[in-house]
Amino acid sequence: MKKYEHYTDIPGTYLFDKNACARGYHLNMFCMSLMKEENRRRFLANDAAYLEEYPLTDSQRHAVLDRNWLRMIQEGGNIYYVSKLGATCGLSFEEMAAAMTGMTKENYRKMMLSGGRSVEGNRSKIEQLELAGKGSH
Amino acid sequence: MAQIVAGIGCSHVPAIGVALDLGKTQDEYWKDVFKGFERTKELIAEIKPDLIIEIYNDHGTAFSLKSIPTFSLGVAAEFKPADEGWGPRPVPVVKGDPDFAWYLAESLILNEFDMTIMNEIEVDHGLTVPLSLLFGQPKEWPCPVIPICVNVVTYPSPTGKRCFALGRAIRKAVQEYKKDLRVVVLGTGGMSHQIHGERCGLINRSWDESFLDRLSSDPQGLTEIPLVEYVRETGAEGIEMVMWLIMRGALDEDVEEAYRFYHVPASNTAVGNIVLTNRSQTKVTT
Repeated sequence: MKKYEHYTDIPGTYLFDKNACARGYHLNMFCMSLMKEENRRRFLANDAAYLEEYPLTDSQRHAVLDRNWLRMIQEGGNIYYVSKLGATCGLSFEEMAAAMTGMTKENYRKMMLSGGRSVEGNRSKIEQLELAGKGSH
Repeated sequence: MAQIVAGIGCSHVPAIGVALDLGKTQDEYWKDVFKGFERTKELIAEIKPDLIIEIYNDHGTAFSLKSIPTFSLGVAAEFKPADEGWGPRPVPVVKGDPDFAWYLAESLILNEFDMTIMNEIEVDHGLTVPLSLLFGQPKEWPCPVIPICVNVVTYPSPTGKRCFALGRAIRKAVQEYKKDLRVVVLGTGGMSHQIHGERCGLINRSWDESFLDRLSSDPQGLTEIPLVEYVRETGAEGIEMVMWLIMRGALDEDVEEAYRFYHVPASNTAVGNIVLTNRSQTKVTT
């Protein structure tokens, strides 16, 4: 396991590092604006118009308009900021997490109740590729 | 002379706060979580701290991305619960202790820990959920709380070793404080959880349990864990556990585990709680 030392090797994980922080700056600051009730109301009334106030990339804007939580993370969103948008739309952390995995709410909750996602097989992209390679021979 | 009488590690899962605030503690899903904290509530009532130093992290609430201090310390007289997008939690305003907090800030900075000083800060679930788990739903929190906020949101967080050393510096500051105060250090966050990306829902029970064991038996060893191991083994957000090492650093080498609780799940997270006391003090009092 020692050879998989860098966090970019961890599958399904988008660590909020220097790159994400720079790329997602305005997306996260937009999310943070939703901590005010008045802003939440304005956003819910006309989300596209509200987003015009923030210099988001097209991809970020579409991710927000589509409520595509995984895409927001991939575009530099940080989950703690994105969760303000989630809360504005009436979603819990659990519901956002389920959406990001592509599972239904019910199945995700079932997985958590039975102990969560195992780390086995989920540690390393390199390890996953190696295992897949072995499997095909 | 002030002294640290206990260290407590405690998850700060927001959904636990929501469950409590909405009166769901006896629901099938939640009852075991709240039952698991009953013993800790008894212990903290016996310990009766005069002051709590609470190590927590802000979740993009008080700090935005405009500035990201690694370690910061609240010196205000009070800290209001923040609106995190679903309205502020209906919990008491957290009272600080400006005299002690400024003393602590001075001591830490002069001992080479360059703390950011927070004169005004609203506190989110990271700080208030552990208080709810320890004290239930009182009209006022029973003692002042000094918030120490750690960046674990933007990578990299401080290392476990650095966190442990901060705990050591806190211990020294408390021991040199002239007033008689019984201080509890509360380390919050964790345990394993990942709440973003396709790997959401990761839980690593055996890693978490080993971490809990080693808080007593091998704290120095825990400080050697690289940040990437927390991320890989316990989920990206499991990195919060470095904050428990600040709590651990504030205690003696020789500690006694008074209580432990571990439960999966609360929302996306493994809930952990541990109560550690200094064996030297345990001997004196029994």
